[in-house]
Amino acid sequence: MAREIGRVTAVLWKDLTAERRTKANFNSVVFLAALTLLLFGFALGPDTEALREAAAGVLWLTILFSGVLSFNRSYDQELQGGALETLLLYPGDRRAIFVGKFLANLAFLLLVEAVLLPTAAILYGLSLADSLGPLLLVLILGTIGFAALGTFYAAMASRLRAREVLLPLLLFPMMVPLLVAAVESTSALLGGDALGNSRGWIRLLVVFDVIFSVAAFLAFDYVIEE
Amino acid sequence: MTSVQRVPRPHRPRWVVPFAAFAVLFFIGTQAHGLLTSPPELDMGHLQKILYVHVPAAWTALVAYLIVFVLSILYLWRRNERHDLLAASAAEVGVVFNALAIALGSIWGRPTWGVWWAWWDARLVSTAVLLVIYVGYLAMRAFTEDTERRARWSAAVGILGFLNAYIVYMSVKWWRTLHQIQSTPETVDSPYKLAMRTNAFAFLFLMIVFIALRYHAARVDRAADERDEEEALSGGAVHV
Repeated sequence: MAREIGRVTAVLWKDLTAERRTKANFNSVVFLAALTLLLFGFALGPDTEALREAAAGVLWLTILFSGVLSFNRSYDQELQGGALETLLLYPGDRRAIFVGKFLANLAFLLLVEAVLLPTAAILYGLSLADSLGPLLLVLILGTIGFAALGTFYAAMASRLRAREVLLPLLLFPMMVPLLVAAVESTSALLGGDALGNSRGWIRLLVVFDVIFSVAAFLAFDYVIEE
Repeated sequence: MTSVQRVPRPHRPRWVVPFAAFAVLFFIGTQAHGLLTSPPELDMGHLQKILYVHVPAAWTALVAYLIVFVLSILYLWRRNERHDLLAASAAEVGVVFNALAIALGSIWGRPTWGVWWAWWDARLVSTAVLLVIYVGYLAMRAFTEDTERRARWSAAVGILGFLNAYIVYMSVKWWRTLHQIQSTPETVDSPYKLAMRTNAFAFLFLMIVFIALRYHAARVDRAADERDEEEALSGGAVHV
């Protein structure tokens, strides 16, 4: 077990270090996400009430777009240098690569969201203070399921010609239950959640996370093997 | 120049053509029976008859996706290429029936509900999601050249996609009830039941025929690929 954890942290650390040193991905994704929030504001019009109503959906769609931009790139470093084969040659369970990359993607997306959430609060006039704890929980749970499936599908899509189109085409339909649950619970929490509507949706998020983290973890071996 | 041993062209199983003739005749028969015998429905009138095509098409699509799921597991277990080709054929046929079901549902929904698209109907919305999941499956296959890799990857996608089908349906249903607008006519009355059932079988038979034909085409295609490979390996002795 300790050796497995060592492998996972090695992959995680490698990905995070590469990202920290270049910052190319993070900077562009954060700015694109902020831009998306702005554009949705223009598209939905200046009505503050309407913007507040739509905020949860806009926030989660922006997260989905940011994620789909970064998942493919998380395999880029390996693919460009032909390093994936070397990585696969290392002894031990290859699923450690999945867990490491999943954690790196999760950390990356949570960092993006750390910028995105306050930006959305300012642009759409949201009051986060009342239910910040549950909101963060929803963000984390939603991002876990998204990053797990994103890491899984990007392992395939990143190695194909039409990668830019194929990843969202494979990933987004799978995200529908998670998107519905995340948007509904976020929207309930932003509105004060007097009725406790968010609880059931948060449970659905947990179920989705468990099922698809396990499924992606188990299936990853078949996807990465050469 | 070495002579090339031709990879044999796969045979189409003997049962396909007679069974296809039977399936088509059976389909015509059940449709005629359904159209002629059932009385016009109280609210919908003769519009109700679209259900003889719409509902069986939706059921058949689900059966086809179940076949994809089972064969995907079987492929990862046994690594037999035929399972992969059969799964892909079932996915193609499933997508066709799925699209048909959605199109017909939409045509039916316009006069009945007054809209082409009903966000409150969990089945409609989740079948649309299913369609996109399996279109993704087929798109990924189209872009993966290596056949062994294509088989492994599509098996994984086919398994995860099917796992999601029920979750999608439940989440959309739940989502819809929270938005509570309207319910759907759930049950079918007895004069329509028989026609509905026989048509479900008619569609099932057609599905089997379609899958068999697509599977045969896929195998011929693979045999041609193998022949090309062998010819390339044998030093370019290409006989076209």
